[in-house]
Order: sequence, then structure tokens, then C-alpha cells
Amino acid sequence: MSTPQSRVADAIARVPYAKFLGLRAELKGDELTLIMPFAPHLVGNPMLPALHGGVVGALMEVTALTQLAITSKIEKFAKTIDINVEYLRSGKPIDTYARARIVKIGRRIANVQAEAWQNERSQPIATLHGHFMTPEVDEVGA
Amino acid sequence: MSDDKSSPGESPLEMLRAMLAHTPQAKAIGADITRMEPPRVWGRTPYREDLVGDPETGVIAGGVITTFLDHISGAAVFSSLKEASSVATIDLRIDYMRAATPHKDVLAEAHCYKLGRNIAFVRAIAYDETPDDPVAQASAAFMVNSNGRRKMGANLRKPKP
Repeated sequence: MSTPQSRVADAIARVPYAKFLGLRAELKGDELTLIMPFAPHLVGNPMLPALHGGVVGALMEVTALTQLAITSKIEKFAKTIDINVEYLRSGKPIDTYARARIVKIGRRIANVQAEAWQNERSQPIATLHGHFMTPEVDEVGA
Repeated sequence: MSDDKSSPGESPLEMLRAMLAHTPQAKAIGADITRMEPPRVWGRTPYREDLVGDPETGVIAGGVITTFLDHISGAAVFSSLKEASSVATIDLRIDYMRAATPHKDVLAEAHCYKLGRNIAFVRAIAYDETPDDPVAQASAAFMVNSNGRRKMGANLRKPKP
């Protein structure tokens, strides 16, 4: 029988772009942590060097979408309406982690916040706030 | 990014392309700058199976669009600078209007509509046919000369205890 952890791991493994980023998922209860191990192709500024802002944003977006699927118990990714990413610190060439908090799941729209950090959870490198189309509504073509 | 922008023999577009080609993540997604008329730049990210976000539909991942728009927005800032300097994203807002068409390249244009001494503001749009039918739109703010007094390899040093 599949465990919630293996279902999330399978869902992530099916997404080619998640593989491209090298993402791994860890589920504790219903709380998801996505891990993006450092890889040279994730670098945006080779001088510092620092991670590309786009991949940090992408990591948080995938985290928000996956956490939303877990919380809403709908095993289908929602569609992103908009995201707002704030960059707080440069991403060092080390592993990055992300978690998301579902602020509200409405009838049509879900509101989600996410955070990415590296060595210290209390020192996030970036935050995301996004709106997503709830899959159920999307199914009937709304 | 310490390259002299005015070195002879290379057009500004070639300089910008060469610099951006050294960005590992831009290279990894295949993003290229195709045209430059400061403060505007145009670019392309070719469709690729390994960048797909939804294997059922073959639609390219939102994250690729995010990275491409962030990247081309930074390029628009860079194209506007008188002297080469590093730029870093402060914030980035993206509205996703529709899914990108599977098997089509993603095109984008970015406009650095305000360049200050420290901050630059950019609008960018991603599309696959014409900008009138956008896939996504971005609005971003960048810090100019973001490396500041930090030297090369600053992020590799262990923080002081």
C-alpha cells in the first residue's frame, strides 16, 4: 500500500521539471518540506556564487502546489494564477529547503505562502505569496 | 560580470549574450537573448521535454517561465547600465494568463522602464505567438551593483561564529 510520503515522492518524480531541479520531498504528518540539493546548473551569479532567483522562486512555487494538493486531498496540481516573490538574501551554493502554508482554500481560489531557507530556518532567503486555481473548479472548465 | 562593456570587436548584444551564456542556470534552460535595444531586450527559451511541469499535457513548468522572466528582466537592466555591474532581484511578481503551448518555444520581452542609481524597475511579458496573447507577465525590482563591497566567492566563505 502506498504511504502519503511515497505518493508525494511519486508525484514529484513524475514532473520532469522537478527532476531538472533535483527536488526531493519529505513529508512529516501533513507538512511537506521540499529539498533542492545544490547543483552547479542552479547558479545565477557565478561571481558570488549565488543561486538563480528563478529557481528559488520555482522551488517555492512547486512547494506551494504540492502542499496544496496534500492539504486539499486532490491529487492533481492546481494552476498558478499569480506569484509574488521577495528575495531577502542571496542563495548560497548549498542545499535549499522550502515549506508552504495554506492561508485559505476557497471555492475557486487558494491563497498560499511559502518560504525558502538554507542553513537557518529563521533566516529565509526568499518568500512567496501566490494564488492558485482550485483544481475541482478547473475540472468543470470554470 | 566585471567584463568591460565597451571592449572593441563585439556588439553590445554579443557582449550581453556572452555574459548571459555564462549564467549556468540560463544555459541549463537554454535561455538566449535574441535582440537588444536598451532599455528593451528580447529573448527565447526553446521548448524541452525535461522542462515540462505537467506530464499529462506537456506544458512547460511555471518555474521555467519564472526563471526566464527573471533572467530577461535582469538582462534589460544590464542592457541599460552605463557601466557593467551585478544586478539582483529584490522582488518579482508574475501573473500567469494561460498555459504555454506545448512544443512551442517561449518568447519574452523586457523593458527596464526606470533605472535609478540603486534600484531598477522592469516589466516583462512571455508569449509563444505574439505579445498580445501573453502566457505570463512580470513586474520586478532589481538592486543595481548588488555585489557591493562583497568580493568574488563571498558566498563560499563560512559565516563568522
